[in-house]
Amino acid sequence: MREILRAESLSKTFKLSTKQQRIEHTKQRVRTAVDQLSFSAYEGEIFGLLGPNGAGKTTTLRMLATLIKPDAGDALIDGYSIRSQPEVVRSRIAFLTSELKLEDFFTPDYLFDFFSNLHAVDPIVARQRKQRLFERFGIDEFAQVKVGDLSSGMKQKASLVISLVHDPAIIIFDEPTNGLDVITAKVVTDFLSELRDQGKTIILSTHIFSLVEKLCDRIGVIINGQMIVCDSLVNVAQDQSLEDRFFELYLKATKDSRSGDAA
Amino acid sequence: MMAIVRKEFRRFFTDRRMVLSVLLLPGLMIYLIYSFIGSAATDFLTTNEDYVPVIYAVNLPDSVAELSSQADVEIQPAEADQAAEIKTQIAEKSADLLAIFPEGFDKQVSLAMAGNTQDYTPPRVELYYNSTKIESNSMYALLQTELNDYRDASFTLFTVNPGEQSYDLVTEESATSFMLASLLPMLLMLFLFTGSMSVAPESIVGEKERGTIATLLVTPMRRWELALGKIVSISCIALLSGLSSFIGIMLSLPKLIGIEGPSTQLSNTAATMYAPVDYLMLLAVVFSTVLLFVGLISIISAYAKTVKEANTLVTPLMIVVMLVGVTVMFSQSATTNLMLYLIPAYNSVQVIVGILSFSYQPLFVAITVLTNVLAAGICVFILTRMFNSEKVMFSR
Repeated sequence: MREILRAESLSKTFKLSTKQQRIEHTKQRVRTAVDQLSFSAYEGEIFGLLGPNGAGKTTTLRMLATLIKPDAGDALIDGYSIRSQPEVVRSRIAFLTSELKLEDFFTPDYLFDFFSNLHAVDPIVARQRKQRLFERFGIDEFAQVKVGDLSSGMKQKASLVISLVHDPAIIIFDEPTNGLDVITAKVVTDFLSELRDQGKTIILSTHIFSLVEKLCDRIGVIINGQMIVCDSLVNVAQDQSLEDRFFELYLKATKDSRSGDAA
Repeated sequence: MMAIVRKEFRRFFTDRRMVLSVLLLPGLMIYLIYSFIGSAATDFLTTNEDYVPVIYAVNLPDSVAELSSQADVEIQPAEADQAAEIKTQIAEKSADLLAIFPEGFDKQVSLAMAGNTQDYTPPRVELYYNSTKIESNSMYALLQTELNDYRDASFTLFTVNPGEQSYDLVTEESATSFMLASLLPMLLMLFLFTGSMSVAPESIVGEKERGTIATLLVTPMRRWELALGKIVSISCIALLSGLSSFIGIMLSLPKLIGIEGPSTQLSNTAATMYAPVDYLMLLAVVFSTVLLFVGLISIISAYAKTVKEANTLVTPLMIVVMLVGVTVMFSQSATTNLMLYLIPAYNSVQVIVGILSFSYQPLFVAITVLTNVLAAGICVFILTRMFNSEKVMFSR
């Protein structure tokens, strides 16, 4: 299996405002969101970042998607550095999160063409791809409806489709099923499996165990910005259920960090 | 970059509400408001033709009575002891004017006219009026002029401009250009700025607020292409919006300044008196200025967290721009100091004055356009840096 993504000691800190310091009763001026995170993902697999809220999953994914820059460390995507070659990286990835929205005013049809254009996709290829993807997700009926008038499920599907205009090798997906009904969620998860079968690599973040168990080949558990364990699903879970194993890891990690703080 | 420009145009021109509110409304509003102000002001300064002014005179001399009847003004004689009562009426606006002549006014005047100045004491005439009543004011002016003319006719030392013809040798062109040059630069700057203001924040911080700019930022498009594409497309729209306001003011200007005749006369004069090359120069200067304005507003918009905040932050800049425009309102012609043409925005105002008053130098126009484009280029550079900065783009 070819290593397609390698994160090396990725670190990211955020400055805390005085107000935030007061709310959180801390004198620390900076908060470490991601702490020396290293992991690899291989071609044709679904890699899940599992962790509680605020663990640093989203920050990690945003660094990989080149929206924010790491304070230290680097990541290579398909051999290109997210620090020094962000444009090349962007042409090889799709990044999906609920924060990234489509303009309400335009139709899915127009936006697909627009983003194809930004990604410099050949118009003929783009048209075929559009037809295939719109059919696959039932967007064809709504292709000429403004995004603002679409249901939230349809909006999510349109976002997914439009993020794939350039047929990227790596799909980075933050909380793929957040806010979706069970039917739309299934459409999305089925599609992710399908993409993996086509040889794409998918990096997703979630805190939903069932999703990880159903989809992921390998997982990394992040707690407080640190990678606690990173291995295949079977090796991480060992003989327990993933949920039990996660709480065991979580308790151990928070205990360690508390005793570390005391010392 | 062209993809961004096309998208922005499509966003704008296919949205009827946007086109209506940014392109049509400003011009229409300005036309209506200024026409209304203009005609209201004209109404205010003209009296009702059917109005019969109420004028009293104590000791009305025959000579004055005759003069007045020639001017179709009827003066009612009054006794000296009625004066106080009439003054009250004037204060209450039920009467218009009270003239008090000394006794034997005509006799004194004829004495003096006969050259007998030894016993002569200049008679004192008092005119009481109410400056807040238009009719009272105009009767006061009328009677005063009549009396002055009568006095001048009585003792002619010399006369100034006695004839009926016009002594002002100004041509219609230069009168119009003088007026345009003093008024238009300020209005142009203001309209271009408000035009930019109605589009730029929405397109930059609006996209940031709605989370749609991040979607653009994960594409391989270079940040500078995004910055340049945004500034160029917003500038074109802002220029159209400014043009709309401009047409509005040009159409309402004749009414506003109360020019007689068909209301298009002034705009016709203005339209025909400048050569195409003048218009080209004007357009070049105006477009470079819009680029600069849009650049500055875009930077402020990128910094702001919401559209509302952006509009608030832009206001001080608008005041500065207006002040720059006002600087030339009272100056007669454009400066010839080369250094001053290196100041963005200020140079635009100066060059516009120059073009409108037929006294521009191509060198200054070129310097101005270059300086403004350069300044806009710096804005693109800064905006690119801002698009690259996670602090600016993703701060909460």
